[in-house]
Amino acid sequence: MSAHLLWPACALAALLFTACGGGPPQQQQQTANTRTAGGGKLQINGAGATFPYPIYSKWFAEYNRQHPNIEINYQSIGSGGGVRQLTNRTVFFGASDMSMSDEQLKAAPGPVLHFPTVLGAVVPVYNLQGTADLKFSGPLLADVYLGKITKWNDPAIATLNPGVKLPATDIAVVHRSDGSGTTFIWVDYLAKVSPEFKTRVGVNSSVNWPVGVGGKGNEGVAGLVAQTPGAIGYVELIYALQNKIDFASVQNAAGESIKASPDSVTKAAAGAAVPDDFRVSITNAPGAGAYPIASFTWLLLYQEPIDRAQARAMVDFVKWAVTDGQKFATELGYAPLPHTLAQRELNALERIKTS
Amino acid sequence: MTRDVRRRFVSAVFVAACAAAVLLALIPLAMILFFVVSQGLQALNVAFFTQLPRPVGESGGGMLNALVGTFVLTGVAALIAIPIGVISGIYMSEYRGTRLATATRFAADTLNGVPSIVIGIFAYAVAVLPFRQFSAMAGGLALGVMMIPIIARTTEELLLLVPGALREGALALGATRARAVFSVIVPAALPGIITGVVLALARIAGETAPLLFTAFNNRFFSTDLRQPIASMTVQIFTYAISPYEDWHRQAWAGALVLVSFVLVCSLVARVVTARVQRLRG
Amino acid sequence: MRTELLFRVLIGACAVLLVVLVAAIGVELARESVLSIRAFGLRFWVTTTWDPVAGEFGALPFIWGTLYSSVLALLISTPIALGIAIFISELSPERLRAPLVFLTELLAAIPSIVYGLWAIFVLVPIVRQLEASTPEVLRALPLFSGPPLGVGMVSAALVLAVMIIPFTSAVAREVLKTVPVAQREAAYALGATRFEAIRSALFFARTGIVGAIMLGFGRALGETMAVTMVVGNNPQISASLFAPQYTMAAVIANEFTEATDELYLHALVEIGLVLFIITLIVNAGSRLLIWAMSRSAAPAVAPTSPAAATV
Repeated sequence: MSAHLLWPACALAALLFTACGGGPPQQQQQTANTRTAGGGKLQINGAGATFPYPIYSKWFAEYNRQHPNIEINYQSIGSGGGVRQLTNRTVFFGASDMSMSDEQLKAAPGPVLHFPTVLGAVVPVYNLQGTADLKFSGPLLADVYLGKITKWNDPAIATLNPGVKLPATDIAVVHRSDGSGTTFIWVDYLAKVSPEFKTRVGVNSSVNWPVGVGGKGNEGVAGLVAQTPGAIGYVELIYALQNKIDFASVQNAAGESIKASPDSVTKAAAGAAVPDDFRVSITNAPGAGAYPIASFTWLLLYQEPIDRAQARAMVDFVKWAVTDGQKFATELGYAPLPHTLAQRELNALERIKTS
Repeated sequence: MTRDVRRRFVSAVFVAACAAAVLLALIPLAMILFFVVSQGLQALNVAFFTQLPRPVGESGGGMLNALVGTFVLTGVAALIAIPIGVISGIYMSEYRGTRLATATRFAADTLNGVPSIVIGIFAYAVAVLPFRQFSAMAGGLALGVMMIPIIARTTEELLLLVPGALREGALALGATRARAVFSVIVPAALPGIITGVVLALARIAGETAPLLFTAFNNRFFSTDLRQPIASMTVQIFTYAISPYEDWHRQAWAGALVLVSFVLVCSLVARVVTARVQRLRG
Repeated sequence: MRTELLFRVLIGACAVLLVVLVAAIGVELARESVLSIRAFGLRFWVTTTWDPVAGEFGALPFIWGTLYSSVLALLISTPIALGIAIFISELSPERLRAPLVFLTELLAAIPSIVYGLWAIFVLVPIVRQLEASTPEVLRALPLFSGPPLGVGMVSAALVLAVMIIPFTSAVAREVLKTVPVAQREAAYALGATRFEAIRSALFFARTGIVGAIMLGFGRALGETMAVTMVVGNNPQISASLFAPQYTMAAVIANEFTEATDELYLHALVEIGLVLFIITLIVNAGSRLLIWAMSRSAAPAVAPTSPAAATV
């Protein structure tokens, strides 16, 4: 072979190699969503909230270690996305921090069941060098996100934080750019404490923000706040803890200034009356020691899924998650589910058709 | 200042400005390469190439699934784009001047200019929605559609470069058009065509937008064409916008691997082109 | 002759496939945005609200953001790109030519996600510093108003500018190659300085140069990843360079998988349709100009190298 053909031959070989990367066709199964390779491996695709992503990624990895043939591939694209992909049936399960509305449930091709997995807190994170432990209140946060309070040394902030030296810098507001359950929890709370916020902005997973920069996912907001001096944002507690971003305490309905923690979140859920379909909001919960911006997060499963093999695997997983899996909750900043609630869920899981 | 001196002065300033422009453009290039290499090398280790991603909070892990995923996706794209691209290129050069050739050329140039995100929407509508499934197939389709016009135009131009004497000789010896094309003309242009394909592959391997809602992403190792699949580019994107330092480091490492791959392809292309030109004399 | 016809038909089928493909893209985009087209009609192009809660969608903030960032990128990159093209084709010593061409091609070959990575971690902090240190007197102007976030219009424009420099420069170089040598020789024979000779060559090639610039513009319009990571993701219309804004490609990338209802999704696809149409017009126009230029110049247009075929 002449020298000048050597390079093209190498390139061709590389091409053939990439083409072979496609692999031999896998064993066929009845339904479109099942993919079982030679060793009986089952891959289940899900998508949704970024709020529980830290604990879900831990759970799915842990579950895979215990059941190596079951791979649960979860993509955190935001609660809105999770609901959409689930409705389109482009994923097997969804995850959302915002329970599906009645319209969304009606739009789905089949009945969807909600299963709370953990409790979490949304915290106001901020980036002000040398100023830790700020105190905020609901109406204050609403005004910041309405664009009415624009500087850190505004009297409203100073009143809540006597003795703290506040700089005259602009407040750089950060919110979510994607459809987010975390947003829902945040605006749900702000709407409860500020009538103006309720009318001007409203409550949904994606709202028309009066001011601010959009970050993609909890990760994006945390990243933006961490890198922008003078920024304020809202993220799930674990994102603030893991990235060592300062977060403020918030005044609850009882007038106390509470810093988010698994304990204060549990107190917020303590008094809640959870209906049979498990859809409930626990923001601005009454009671001492309750953190006001707390919420359940749900896994969304069809009651009559198309793929029964995946259904069996998911039901087993959820059973494990609401019982054994709960031990991972506190170390990641989430609050475990109350025992009685977990029991009710185990019963409700029976409703899913697995055969 | 006399008019003459002024003119020479203006000219000198102009030349200096052009040289400055070159330096100015090289600054971001140098910066990017510097950061990619320095940051990427720190996070590059054997684990990067052999392990799967770890869950949030656990350090370490690698991008094995993304590396393989990019190979698979570019493989599918190549399988789609090379036949269509090369054959369209052959038509455009053989039947140059016909209305179809002009239309095809226009279509290829248009397709070249379509934003990659729009091609992603197209692939979503055609390959994801009907099957209710994100898949490597859909991602490969999106990338393949992007590759087709590059390969088609390159093939066309290279075939036009083949000396007319070669074609005339083949036809004079009694070959049919098909024979002349496939046995004589295309082989003569083959090094260049392969170069074009390699460069197109390098370009496609670096695309992110069309994969966002076609191939989606996958935390696990997968080569299944009917399942979502990880890719270097989407993984780098996910890591880059996250707040985790460890993920940022892996993003740089991924960028280093990607840029190295592109560089190698570029160099191979240049070497092949230079050799072919030297052989042609 | 039967085999000849068969050959032509089979080969031609592939060519037809290409044409059909482009048409299919347009058709699919229209099909998947029909709900939004029906709901908003032409209003879509001029409404500024982007409110998924209320179901009110308008493309104007994104059209603004795309045009603003692309025009800014064009203003920054064109002098540099032309300078490079002129330097390489007219002024550079022979030995430097190949390495310089290689380096420009390298700029073009760097994947957009790597640009985005560099932009987020290196460019944005620099821009943030610059924004924070802008003198107060300038801050009062609407062009420089707003908090120093770093992410925003100027970062997006800068990264876009760097990305389109190699494209504009490569095409400009090709265009300059088609200027007949006699033209330049005549200028030098008449005693022109280098600047004056090049200026006359540029004037001769002006249609093609404009085409090259437009091509770069078209590239900037459609760029997604690098812009998404630094533009700030806020659908507002603002003249300020510091303000976070949004482009058509960025909103699709961010919100496509998450659109919570059909209308939302269709509105996003309609934005894709708008982008498709705009880039189509810009690219077709630029190719027309380049083609017209090459027709009026030397009879044989130097074919583009495979590398530049990425344009």
